[in-house]
Amino acid sequence: MSEYKIHALVCSGTGCRASESDMVVENLKTEIAKQGLSDFAQVVKTGCFGFCEKGPIVKLIPDNTFYTQVKPADAREIVEEHIVKGRKVERLLYTDPDSKEAVNDSKSMNFYKKQIRIALRNCGVINPENIDEYIARDGYEALGKVLSEMTPEGAIKIIMDSGLRGRGGGGFPTGLKWEITRKEVNEQKYVVCNADEGDPGAFMDRSILEGDPHTVLEAMAINGYCTGASKGLIYIRAEYPLAIERLKIAIEQAREYGLLGERILGSNFNFDVELRYGAGAFVCGEETALIHSMEGLRGEPTLKPPFPSVEGYLKKPTNVNNVETYANIPVIFNKGAAWFASIGTEKSKGTKVFALAGKVNNVGLIEVPMGITLREVIFEIGGGIKDGKKFKAVQTGGPSGGCLVEKDLDTPIDYDNLIAAGSMMGSGGMIIMDEDDCMVDVAKFFLDFTVEESCGKCAPCRVGNKRLYELLNKITDGKGEKADIDRLINLGSVIKDTSLCGLGQTSPNPVLSTIKNFRNEYDAHVLDKKCPAGVCKSLMVYEIVEENCVGCTACARACPVGAISGERKEVHKIDPTLCIKCGACEERCKFNAVIVK
Amino acid sequence: MSRIKVELKKEQIDKIKTICQSFNNNGGELINVLHKVQGTFGYLPAEIQEVVAQELNEPIAKVYGVVTFYSFFTMLPKGKHPISICTGTACYVRGAEKVLDELKKELKIKVGETTSDGKFSISCLRCVGACGLAPVLMVGNKTYGRVAPEMVKDILKEYEAM
Repeated sequence: MSEYKIHALVCSGTGCRASESDMVVENLKTEIAKQGLSDFAQVVKTGCFGFCEKGPIVKLIPDNTFYTQVKPADAREIVEEHIVKGRKVERLLYTDPDSKEAVNDSKSMNFYKKQIRIALRNCGVINPENIDEYIARDGYEALGKVLSEMTPEGAIKIIMDSGLRGRGGGGFPTGLKWEITRKEVNEQKYVVCNADEGDPGAFMDRSILEGDPHTVLEAMAINGYCTGASKGLIYIRAEYPLAIERLKIAIEQAREYGLLGERILGSNFNFDVELRYGAGAFVCGEETALIHSMEGLRGEPTLKPPFPSVEGYLKKPTNVNNVETYANIPVIFNKGAAWFASIGTEKSKGTKVFALAGKVNNVGLIEVPMGITLREVIFEIGGGIKDGKKFKAVQTGGPSGGCLVEKDLDTPIDYDNLIAAGSMMGSGGMIIMDEDDCMVDVAKFFLDFTVEESCGKCAPCRVGNKRLYELLNKITDGKGEKADIDRLINLGSVIKDTSLCGLGQTSPNPVLSTIKNFRNEYDAHVLDKKCPAGVCKSLMVYEIVEENCVGCTACARACPVGAISGERKEVHKIDPTLCIKCGACEERCKFNAVIVK
Repeated sequence: MSRIKVELKKEQIDKIKTICQSFNNNGGELINVLHKVQGTFGYLPAEIQEVVAQELNEPIAKVYGVVTFYSFFTMLPKGKHPISICTGTACYVRGAEKVLDELKKELKIKVGETTSDGKFSISCLRCVGACGLAPVLMVGNKTYGRVAPEMVKDILKEYEAM
């Protein structure tokens, strides 16, 4: 970076941009210019800091001052106070929720203390639209080293030694995948970056592409050299316009610098990257479906083998890796396989990025070493459950994963432990649920998703999931019978065993794991016709507490179906046969006289 | 799916042809072509699909198959201000359903429909990745975060005069 004394880093990821961080950038620039400090302080638009809960984030370096929830109108004060007078703007500092003290240095925030940032190393640090900033942080050094000093076999050996496994969810050893593609003999091979992040609630790939697009390009070029491919394709969701824009800029800049194109860095290696857009189909995250989609077809999976490494895009050998996997590659070459392998557990090396969301205090993106416990993630980094409620469950692995409960909180997180606990790593979504969430309804939500996203090719997934959904619907409607729970378990197991691709093989997981961990809730729905969390509408009964009712008639006037009767100044009554459970009466009552049972 | 009859003008057909040519009339680029065409026309009625199929020398059935497979493509026109509500897991857990109910009540349409004056349409999407702001709602390209049901009326008001 140049000779500026102060750098104001402003997050311009999707989350913070939705809260006007662009205006914050503009205003900071204007104020700095007004003070005549344009040579002294610089405003940098960066990628995601991960602390999305309190966005927009502005971080001032060198002293790591971390301002949260900055509004465009705050720019003036930041410039006049902090940049001109060197005084921190106390009211914008992050306050530690436990000690209630303002945190002066972001390094001492609980949110960051336990994190190790490898894949996210540049997110929130550099301007993603400027290749020079990436290069200044050792960018493209790994590519240079590999091209000038290593054979493809030698480079693949380093990846194998590092123990890196696929971060898209499967956990297949990355080095081995590369080696299989390398061994295939063919005049044309492809490397593909899977950026079809379809798991609702996971946004790590988007953040990496928005915050550090060059790391993916560099890793793909290394992958191309190792496997003998001259062409790279990035399959990205059309729902991520900002990531697409930043990738386009990055590709253009890399070509200009001769880091993509012909004879890269003076070697004999040619490699270029193109974008392919998804169009909203979850199943396209499955690699064979993704390849068909890139060919312009419906994104339906096909039976493996043949694996894409042997027969993939346009029937040529194709190596598919996920965004986060790629983001680890350059660091492994720069810092060595042994360094990478020293982080994590015996069988899962390195770090994993998780997207914390749901009922947790610090929603955001975190990167932690494998082997950390769920308790550390949720309660230390995540800051515990919102509004002081009680933790109930955490869904890992997205719609294909399962829910984990209190007793699983001390399990070290890695690929194998999560599977043993009845869930999976998946792409790294972590949705936290509290006592107000009904687990039957949660399972129904995920099934609704799978039914919608099933491609329809194989019957177990197409028909089976629909049946599972209908059974869950029956239960939440209060029409469930005891045998339905066994039906769910049987059918779920059959779908898992007989579906064609990963989507169907995992789709019953949310149902099976909630039955395993919350059998009592299912029983309450089926046997007692009650929803303990008070979520399932059909099972709720609205009643008026006689002692509290003053007969103000507010509820009766609010009721859209005329289910409430009673004269002025007399106790009112709700007719359960007319009530549509809209909750309008409860909202309107000022005397806590309407309760839900 | 209800069917809308569309008569394409010559310049519209030419526009589709130009888009196809920009992808060398290559059938493998079908999805990219459809993205471009939908970006231009707003939706993909059968008549447009016929032209695309012809230009790329692909069966109409294949084009139709692709259009209906991917949720991003639509055969019905959207409202002037298309409203998308995120129904991803994070938004669901934080009450997206209630916001959606309020929207449906206010606009008197269902998901996938357009108001009779053509102003608003509602669709659901899966995760825009702004989970920190859940629940999230988008009107056109503008994102609204932490939306409570009570805010829906005010948000709609911003667009009513437009």
